[in-house]
Amino acid sequence: MYSDDFLYTKDHEWVRVEDGEATLGITHYAQEELGDIVFVELPEVGTTVDAGDTLGSVESVKAVSDIYAPVGGEVIEVNEILEDKPEMMNEDPHGDGWIAKIRLSDKSDLDKLFSADDYEAYIKEEKEK
Amino acid sequence: MTNESLKKTPLTDVHRELGAKMVPFAGYDMPVLYSSTMEEHMAVRESVGLFDVSHMGEFFVTGPDAEAYLQKITCNDVSKLSDGQVHYSAMLYPAGTPVDDLLVYRFHREKYMLCVNAANRAKDLAWAQKHVTGNVDVQDRSDEYTQIAIQGRNARATLQPLTEVKLEDINYYWFVEGKVDGVPAILSRTGYTGEDGFEIYFRPDPAPRIWKKLMESGARFDVKPCGLAARNTLRLEAKMALYGNDIDQTTNILEAGLSWICKLKKGDFIGRDALLKIKEEGLARKLVGFEVTGRGIAREHYPVYVDGRQVSDVTSGTYSPYLKKNIGLCYLPVASTEVGTSFQIEIRGKMVDAVVVETPFYKRDV
Repeated sequence: MYSDDFLYTKDHEWVRVEDGEATLGITHYAQEELGDIVFVELPEVGTTVDAGDTLGSVESVKAVSDIYAPVGGEVIEVNEILEDKPEMMNEDPHGDGWIAKIRLSDKSDLDKLFSADDYEAYIKEEKEK
Repeated sequence: MTNESLKKTPLTDVHRELGAKMVPFAGYDMPVLYSSTMEEHMAVRESVGLFDVSHMGEFFVTGPDAEAYLQKITCNDVSKLSDGQVHYSAMLYPAGTPVDDLLVYRFHREKYMLCVNAANRAKDLAWAQKHVTGNVDVQDRSDEYTQIAIQGRNARATLQPLTEVKLEDINYYWFVEGKVDGVPAILSRTGYTGEDGFEIYFRPDPAPRIWKKLMESGARFDVKPCGLAARNTLRLEAKMALYGNDIDQTTNILEAGLSWICKLKKGDFIGRDALLKIKEEGLARKLVGFEVTGRGIAREHYPVYVDGRQVSDVTSGTYSPYLKKNIGLCYLPVASTEVGTSFQIEIRGKMVDAVVVETPFYKRDV
């Protein structure tokens, strides 16, 4: 479920880094917790964010959840398909349901993220709460 | 995640077996959804869904003065009920604001049942007992009843194989006493979804068996077990008020759009004087249905603005699975309540446009 090629955050986002570009989305666990996703507010291309800044939001029938930037940098692409098909985040959260791409400004941001194993341990704890 | 202090319904274990996500609601461990609120919602709109609503309270009012007593503590006209008939009503405070909204079932002139909101049960019982006059007995018998709601156009065909009662002979807002799978039950053609359907009341012990039989009987219609989240989106599309959101002790029953259950001419009842005065002075605000025309879902407590001034908060708001729009309810000053009037809702820091629309948002074809 949680690929070793990705890094993860405590806010249940995933990050995949290629050539200094970080693609991000919400995790399988996050989409399951939210339920049917019906609306997504995407960041604007060109915005510069610091790690931890609010990037946008995801809303399900039941709840709203902020999307936080897992890393700092410039937003270079957003997945506009989600505006018409937000349910893609339920169907394929780690693939076609990606949210945005950020050009990393500081690689050390990645050091603060979870590995797949750490993330799985983290959500196990969350589930037991 | 089990909270030991929560009350279980007779079906709690069945919900867990079905993989439901459970939440505390009105002191009960209740299913909020099984798989998907959207799917559950659409199952009810298009076919049939099952709800465990055992948390609802059942009070029995008996005695020679039952009718006169109910005329005093509820605002609808109990004298208009025939044996076997149900109506929607409310108990009011002297200010004309609801203690609770409820259903009144008339068995005969000396026996009635009130179906009340779970969260209000203790408060309702105290209120009802405090205002007893004449030869009347009020008993909370909620723990003796399981309540299952079978809702949707295939509700009748789902329930029929379990009972000899001819369900098609029960009109909307009528009930009969009969048996469901051999168990004595009240079969009521009522619901909180905007669809045709039934609510059945019976003793707790056979509840898991009857639930399973209903699921089997409804399998040919793809029946879905439905949680509280779907119950909420369904009732909101049908603009049925939710106590604690759209109505409470601070909202008078007239501004809530419930004058149709308020029979001011029936004679005296608690709250009547205040309502007559409110009617004479005119309403200051009214509960309206809105659609968000901008982007975003307006959820409860989000601030509502008219001409740049905050006037209220959203009382209920959701994405509407049937209409695929963002809808909700809020109180607006009377001058701004015409259908088509634009106003703003602050959605997470942003002002977003909304417009007053006709309600109910959804009405089934009859």
